[in-house]
Amino acid sequence: MWRHCLLSGMAVWLATATPAAAFVAYVSNEKSNTVTVIDTDSWTVTKTIKVGQRPRGIEFTRDSKFVFVAVGDDDSIQVIDVAKQEVVDTLPSGPDPELFALDADGKILYVANENDNTVTIIDVEKRTRLGEIQVGVEPEGMAISPDGKILINTSETTNMAHFIDTTTRQIVANVLVDARPRFAEFKRDNSEVWVSSEIGGTVSVIDPAKRAVTDKITFNIPGLRSEAIQPVGIGMTKDGKTAFVALGPANRVAVVDAASHKVTKYLLVGQRVWHMAFTPDEKYLMVTNGVSNDVSVIDVAAQKVIKTIQVGELPWGITIAQP
Amino acid sequence: MIRWLVAAVCFCIAASPVLAADPIEIGIGYLARAGVKPKLSLVELPAENDGLAGARLAIEDNNTTGKFLNQHFTLEEVRLKDNEDVAKAAATLAERTGFIIADLPADDLLKAADALRGRGTLLLNAGAIDDRLREQDCRSNVIHVAPTRSMLADALAQYLVWKQWKRWLFVVGSHDQDKLYADALRRAATRFGAKIVQERIFEDTGGARRTDSGVTLIQRQMPVFTQQAPAYDVLVAADESEVFAAYLPYRTWDPRPVAGSAGLVATSWHAAQDQWGAIQMQNRFAKLNSRHMTALDMQAWTAARMIGEAASRTKSGDPKAVADFLKGPDFSIAAFKGRRLTLRDWNLQLRQPILLVDGRMVVSVSPQEGFLHQVSELDTLGVDRPETKCRLQ
Repeated sequence: MWRHCLLSGMAVWLATATPAAAFVAYVSNEKSNTVTVIDTDSWTVTKTIKVGQRPRGIEFTRDSKFVFVAVGDDDSIQVIDVAKQEVVDTLPSGPDPELFALDADGKILYVANENDNTVTIIDVEKRTRLGEIQVGVEPEGMAISPDGKILINTSETTNMAHFIDTTTRQIVANVLVDARPRFAEFKRDNSEVWVSSEIGGTVSVIDPAKRAVTDKITFNIPGLRSEAIQPVGIGMTKDGKTAFVALGPANRVAVVDAASHKVTKYLLVGQRVWHMAFTPDEKYLMVTNGVSNDVSVIDVAAQKVIKTIQVGELPWGITIAQP
Repeated sequence: MIRWLVAAVCFCIAASPVLAADPIEIGIGYLARAGVKPKLSLVELPAENDGLAGARLAIEDNNTTGKFLNQHFTLEEVRLKDNEDVAKAAATLAERTGFIIADLPADDLLKAADALRGRGTLLLNAGAIDDRLREQDCRSNVIHVAPTRSMLADALAQYLVWKQWKRWLFVVGSHDQDKLYADALRRAATRFGAKIVQERIFEDTGGARRTDSGVTLIQRQMPVFTQQAPAYDVLVAADESEVFAAYLPYRTWDPRPVAGSAGLVATSWHAAQDQWGAIQMQNRFAKLNSRHMTALDMQAWTAARMIGEAASRTKSGDPKAVADFLKGPDFSIAAFKGRRLTLRDWNLQLRQPILLVDGRMVVSVSPQEGFLHQVSELDTLGVDRPETKCRLQ
């Protein structure tokens, strides 16, 4: 009897326990004004959360308990409680926040405000604005260097990567890149920062020490006009060996040897591929496909698309964590 | 004491941070005729600063970038009064600015271009859509930012053909520019497989555009005018002079859509365009000018931004360096059209997608899917390299 009880108890426990590697992905749907929650074990949508207007930039907090989502048309950043799966709070930001970066401690949030050429600095705990930095026209991409000393902001119409000292909050360098820079990503060893130029069609490789462009990655897909190749999101493996670049209306993700900066493969995904995120174990990479309203799952080791998941309308940003 | 003071002053000078060198000043002129073009619709009457307002925004954008590069842009407007000599005005303006954005009729533009020949001043045509300026009358010192009539006509025709509205009832105004647009539309119909089932001329017999009982009269005139047409899918009107086309929608004898100079209209820009980041642009424009952004505003913005872009890439405000960069293979500009815009090197025309708008919304953007080209799909719009009559010199 006892044994029976124990066994059935065990069975219940086993059935309800979350497997160790279960991650959740949060996807912002720009047009639906929702965030889709995806379970990365079953690759199914488990919840759709209503948020403010025009959700784009989206990021887990460092403790994975909350998700920040920039709702541009509401001029704020909303806070989703991961346990409750609903919006519980709002952070102040400047007008039309699009992308943001969280510092290593998760205490300070840097927000690109597209509408007034500023980067807003927000104290996450106090929910207050600490200051603003004037940057170029239409700030967008945001990245913090691995040592936390430099914040990169890209401005889309000025065509620059602004290097901002996070201590003094002053611009210390401006690096000209190709047209409409959208996203910046550091290598973990701080040896390079990559900036994608959507209209220019290139990824500029910048040496953060020299603060100069040292190489440019170009893309060439047979049968496609070069104007259709529009790099946006960038993902790099932690070992710094492989990078993935979303190519927008080219409907492909380029696999790039991060050492030689050569494209090794193009993976066909959905239409107008935007942004991407790795699962924390780096087994999978998920990319948002804006026009086809879905998310493609890429097996990182095999470099193959293995799954497509329908989400809301115009999926834009994605963040993945283990809650 | 004095020595101490002097020493202190010297120390202060030495210790003060090195002042940045004076910025490179880049002057841009804006040359246009005074007076506004007539419109049938009150809501479409252009503002007095139509065009200029776009250039002003671009100057602000250029200066935001320029502060990181030690470049400073200024804009100087010159409005020509009736009969004022354009060549003289252009030459005077060119003494102060190395670049002139022009919103001038074709003949005026040519006079200005020829007056500035050899001076090194670069003209950017933001207003004139005449194909001849890019063909037999092309000039090496003029870059064309405005689209051509043939680009607009092709953009419209591609969509109508995609929509399977291939039988056109064609109504043409009696003024010269109406006929030019009609020529472009006829060419487009032939290129893309539409058929003009019948052509009618709408004679401008004069009269006021605004009257107290206008609607009653128009409601009787337009159905009668469009009566007894052969079977057709869409009425295409060529009426750049704004005499009749805007009266056609909802008043045709047969229930048919209207396109061309009213109904579905091809244009380089519209206040409803919000794709590809354009909402930022529309917001910036509205904040600065307290009104909607027009096609002419956008063309002038793009012209001034092209100068800014070339100045930032070449780190120079020298007209020759800027012109060489613009005409070279590395130039491209982002202008909220979803792809980069480049120059056709054979006639210095800016390649650009064309919006199709109904007055309130963007209905579509051409080139349409499926119209292919070996170099750029944008070259399916307008006169292509093999057909050009332009010999740049």
